[in-house]
Amino acid sequence: MIEIKNLHKSYQIGASSLHVLKGIDFSVEDGDLVAIMGSSGSGKSTLLNILGMLDTSDVGTYDLDKIRIADMNEKKAANYRNKFLGFVFQSFNLINYKNALENVALPLYYQGISRKERQKTALTYLDKVGLKDWADHLPSELSGGQKQRVAIARALASNPKVLLADEPTGALDSTTSLEVMALIQKINNEGKTILVVTHEHDIAKMCKRIVHLKDGVIVDDKKIKQNVIKNV
Amino acid sequence: MFNIERWKEIFQSIKKNKLRTALSGMTVSLGILIFIILFGLGEGLKNSYSDLFLNEANNVIFIYPGKTTKPYGGFKTNRIIELKNEDVLDLQNEFSSSIEFVNPRLFVNETIKYKLESFQFDINAVGPSNQQIEKHVLMKGRYINEKDIEEKNKVTTIGRLVARDIFRGEDPIGKFINLGSRAFKVVGVFQDTSGDTEENKLIIPYTTRQQILKGTDVIGTLALTFDQSIGGSGAVKLSNNIKSFLKKKKSIDPSDPSGIRVRNIADEIDRSLQFANALQIIVTFVGIGTLIAGIIGISNIMVFIVKERTKELGIRKALGAQPTEIIKMILSESIFITTLSGFFGMILGIIILSSLDSGALQDYFITRAGVDFGIAFFATVILIVFGVIAGYVPAKRAASIKPILALRDE
Ligand SMILES: Nc1ncnc2c1ncn2[C@@H]1O[C@H](COP(=O)(O)OP(=O)(O)OP(=O)(O)O)[C@@H](O)[C@H]1O
Ligand SMILES: [Mg+2]
Repeated sequence: MIEIKNLHKSYQIGASSLHVLKGIDFSVEDGDLVAIMGSSGSGKSTLLNILGMLDTSDVGTYDLDKIRIADMNEKKAANYRNKFLGFVFQSFNLINYKNALENVALPLYYQGISRKERQKTALTYLDKVGLKDWADHLPSELSGGQKQRVAIARALASNPKVLLADEPTGALDSTTSLEVMALIQKINNEGKTILVVTHEHDIAKMCKRIVHLKDGVIVDDKKIKQNVIKNV
Repeated sequence: MFNIERWKEIFQSIKKNKLRTALSGMTVSLGILIFIILFGLGEGLKNSYSDLFLNEANNVIFIYPGKTTKPYGGFKTNRIIELKNEDVLDLQNEFSSSIEFVNPRLFVNETIKYKLESFQFDINAVGPSNQQIEKHVLMKGRYINEKDIEEKNKVTTIGRLVARDIFRGEDPIGKFINLGSRAFKVVGVFQDTSGDTEENKLIIPYTTRQQILKGTDVIGTLALTFDQSIGGSGAVKLSNNIKSFLKKKKSIDPSDPSGIRVRNIADEIDRSLQFANALQIIVTFVGIGTLIAGIIGISNIMVFIVKERTKELGIRKALGAQPTEIIKMILSESIFITTLSGFFGMILGIIILSSLDSGALQDYFITRAGVDFGIAFFATVILIVFGVIAGYVPAKRAASIKPILALRDE
């Protein structure tokens, strides 16, 4: 599903340049659930942003579902983001003046789907994350965990090939973190490929594979026995 | 361009961001409102000036004789210059191509009596062309005519107010009024829309007056009208030519500012209208300044709006919004708000202008304050167009940055 080779990324800070990703080789199988770990500043978010096409790399290749993602114009990139990728942020990034249903329906709007169809699909996904009854609530009326579930529903609404989550539980307490991870496991069980960036070992252990980043390179990459969450 | 889904998006954004909407709407409304009111008042100022001259023929040149202030051609200084009947003929011959009427005028100072009662009115001894030059309109009877001039008849055409005061409802035609010791027959009554001054006059033939003054052929002043088609510059040239012609004839130093003076009404009106136009231009400049301030205001607000929405735009991009979609969204919203509030301001301005108390405005020398609809419309469209251009730049920038940069914006 994902295939990257010799990926490099530097940030320009004034006159100096900070080399963050120093040659990443990495691939993800269809249906995998991967945790990306590493200390703060090791380049986890940078990697995920590049995978999510929110940012671009300097050197290296990236193939998503056998399609080469390279130097495409914004228009095409927008199209790929919309169809292939779902992104979940630590800080939710919901649009504050839209209610839960409208937020979830937004990616479908950019696919040119009719309003009626959008609302129907969005409601299905809200139901999937257990928030059907909260459809007409604004983000400010939701708890952190609920917001993240709305964000996940939104990332799933356009039925992407890959779900990318950057510290989805970073702003949540342990109980709600567990809820969110249970949801991620459920979605993964339905066949979706998912990458989760996290600091926490507990969270990482709920995945099927852990990748360790250190100083911009992968230092460890192993399949683990998944800690499956029951009765949340 | 018209996409019902996008408009639903836009209406939601407008509805949910009332402060932003009100801010940009008000800037545009206010800009156009102030522009229209200023422009309308400027027009009113100009109208007042135009009206001042509406009731006088503006193709008139007045000639006044005076005293010389320089010795010339063997004559000493302080010589009194007089116009004579022959000068009228000479002028008519010399400038026959451009002169229409020549009207000699003598001011008469005689007591006016009717049936033992005395009255105080101005008496002008003039020619028949006085009617055209002063724009007198006959109400009754006739004006003094060429035959009266030739025969030196003792007849008079009187102003409406003179008729009212002397005859008090009696029919004045055929009655006799005493001017000094001589009886004049009233042959007509005239009115004049320019005001009371003219209607308080009695008009008699100038030749009759000259005969009364022991057969003199001296004329007080001359008024002449010229063919309109010679235009403003032609009129100035004509009055200069008349001046030099008469100066030469009367042996006056060409550089003597006195002796013969020539006044050109068209020139004076031109100068006054130029002043009015200058005022209008100043007012228009102030108006355009307001418009520019409005444009700058809306530009700032657009920059502010895009800045404020950067994160939202980042989210939209992360969800797959195309750059053109982002631009269209921002622009459609700004077009919608500026158009609506622009025309609101325009209509409000027009309503305010037309409802202003015209009586109170008259005190400030403003008549019929109002704005041409075309200009109002044009100014509004200009503001909208510039508002859109001003919105396009930040919208384009926001649409083309990487989503991750937009998302990082707090
Ligand atoms: N836009 C940027 N400009 C400059 N430097 C950046 C930028 N984004 C990230 N960096 C730097 O790159 C390095 C890697 O950042 P990144 O966000 O990928 O780390 P991370 O592993 O996600 O850390 P954390 O666990 O704290 O989120 C850090 O040193 C960070 O300061
Ligand atoms: Mg990070």
